[in-house]
Amino acid sequence: MTRISYLAAGGMLLCLVAVAFAVGRYPVSLSELLSVLTGQPVAGSVETVVLQVRGPRILAALLVGAALAAAGTAYQGMFRNPLVSPDILGVSTGAALGAVLGIFLSQGILFIQVFAFIGGLAAVGLVYWIGSRLRGHDPLLALVLTGVVIGTLLGSVIALLKYLADPYNQLPAITYWLLGSLASISPKEILYSIPLLLAGLAPMLLLRWRMNLLALPDDEARALGVDVRRLRTLVVVCATLMTASAVAISGIIGWVGLLIPHAARLLVGPDFGRLLPLAMLLGAAFLLAVDTLCRTIATIEVPPGVLTALIGTPFFLWLFALARRRW
Amino acid sequence: MLDVQSLAFGFPGRTIGRDVSFSLGAGEVLCVLGPNGGGKTTLFRTILGLLTRHGGSITLEGSALASLSRAEIARRVGYVPQGHSAYFAYTVREFVLMGRTAHLGVFASPAKKDFAVADQALESLGIAHLADKPVTEISGGERQLALVARALAQEPKLLVLDEPTANLDFGNQVRVLQRIGALAGSGIAILFSSHDPDHAFLCARRALLLAEGRVLEIGAPREVIRADTLERMYGVSVKVIDLGGGAHTCLPTVGR
Repeated sequence: MTRISYLAAGGMLLCLVAVAFAVGRYPVSLSELLSVLTGQPVAGSVETVVLQVRGPRILAALLVGAALAAAGTAYQGMFRNPLVSPDILGVSTGAALGAVLGIFLSQGILFIQVFAFIGGLAAVGLVYWIGSRLRGHDPLLALVLTGVVIGTLLGSVIALLKYLADPYNQLPAITYWLLGSLASISPKEILYSIPLLLAGLAPMLLLRWRMNLLALPDDEARALGVDVRRLRTLVVVCATLMTASAVAISGIIGWVGLLIPHAARLLVGPDFGRLLPLAMLLGAAFLLAVDTLCRTIATIEVPPGVLTALIGTPFFLWLFALARRRW
Repeated sequence: MLDVQSLAFGFPGRTIGRDVSFSLGAGEVLCVLGPNGGGKTTLFRTILGLLTRHGGSITLEGSALASLSRAEIARRVGYVPQGHSAYFAYTVREFVLMGRTAHLGVFASPAKKDFAVADQALESLGIAHLADKPVTEISGGERQLALVARALAQEPKLLVLDEPTANLDFGNQVRVLQRIGALAGSGIAILFSSHDPDHAFLCARRALLLAEGRVLEIGAPREVIRADTLERMYGVSVKVIDLGGGAHTCLPTVGR
């Protein structure tokens, strides 16, 4: 089952990449694509379309999808709950607030990204600090509820900024960003975020066995020899780093971090070492498919956040109905 | 093996028990009896280092518990909690393999040897046939045995079982008690708690009666489990009947 899932996911990903290069306002045939990728001369603007326009966008979709799925997998295991996602702990909302603030202050794209990153980390820091200070509750529950409450608070600050923003220049930019988009990615932005993504991913891959024990009740994991608090802090930081760098590239694209880990778990079970790579493959494939649809189904671009929500909401409700029976 | 001296224990800021002293040697079985809220679980969690002691000392194989790391404790003491938690759908084998964690390097995954230890633990508890089933889809009794197997995979010298027979049907209770006897026979020291004084008669060399956080009595079951001590602990009247041949049982009087 595991091997079949990997092969299927990998094969699907390759096909999707080929399709994503081929379709669009300027169709590219498979032979043209192969020629460009092997460095042979081709006619017209095919090379520009492949290397300058679609290439970075496809790469961004793959990276963001994989990163959100990896972060979601970590959060779900850690919180022993298949219904949580990077939005829990206020990471996404914090990052969004940072970015919106950057737009509001008329900063350049680099600063907007830095703000997004700082916002995400600050939100999770705040949630963690408050959550750990709420004594007398189940610490995990305290953390999750604090995350929800802080997320709502940050959301209302975003609403305030939207209200105050210049409706002709800033507001469209803010809305565009909050819905997420992969349309205007430059290779430079991708290059900047790759090291951050890897920095978040490497510890998770290395600690993949131990991550399983975070899915046990704290007492059990500690009795089995794990320093739960230290491991959880490390994993939260890594998952947040990945989420914030993904948000910094693409804006907020919800649901990937919830749907994909769950789908992967249904295929290969909860063992983190098998789950994480498959979730990343599926996340990359899912977001690439969504983004390709977004730029081809209509004459205008549909924001990917809208499409993921349309797919995600019924899926979530279905999961919720199933949740008690089988994780 | 385990030496506890004038231990005070409880939660941060609230001491619920004090002056607890006992020691446990290899292959010995000690059964802790006491009413709900008497401090059994808290005592066990303190002995496992999951709660900080409030006074006194705990010594494991000659080293102070406080000086041992989590992994060092986990290589010496196996813990079987009251198994009613919700888990992800790990297979029973994966679940038992988690017991190997303290023997693995930080970045390592279980190797062939660890699989062998886990499979042997499953074998010894008679649940090898469950190895590939998800822990979410086995019965409560089977889950209890899987928890014991996970603790055995730690290769502990001391096994701490918190009400291992709670929520089990009669047959599974007896099976768990038989395993406890067999494990003690293999040289593991065993500390377990129970709500049924008969369990102490059946498989413990000594019983510790814990009420309101203090040791009421400690000693051979037939010496300390008496009508008066049981009444003091549980507030009900009980007859302790000698069945001959060293067997005893407790029979509560239900008013009529």
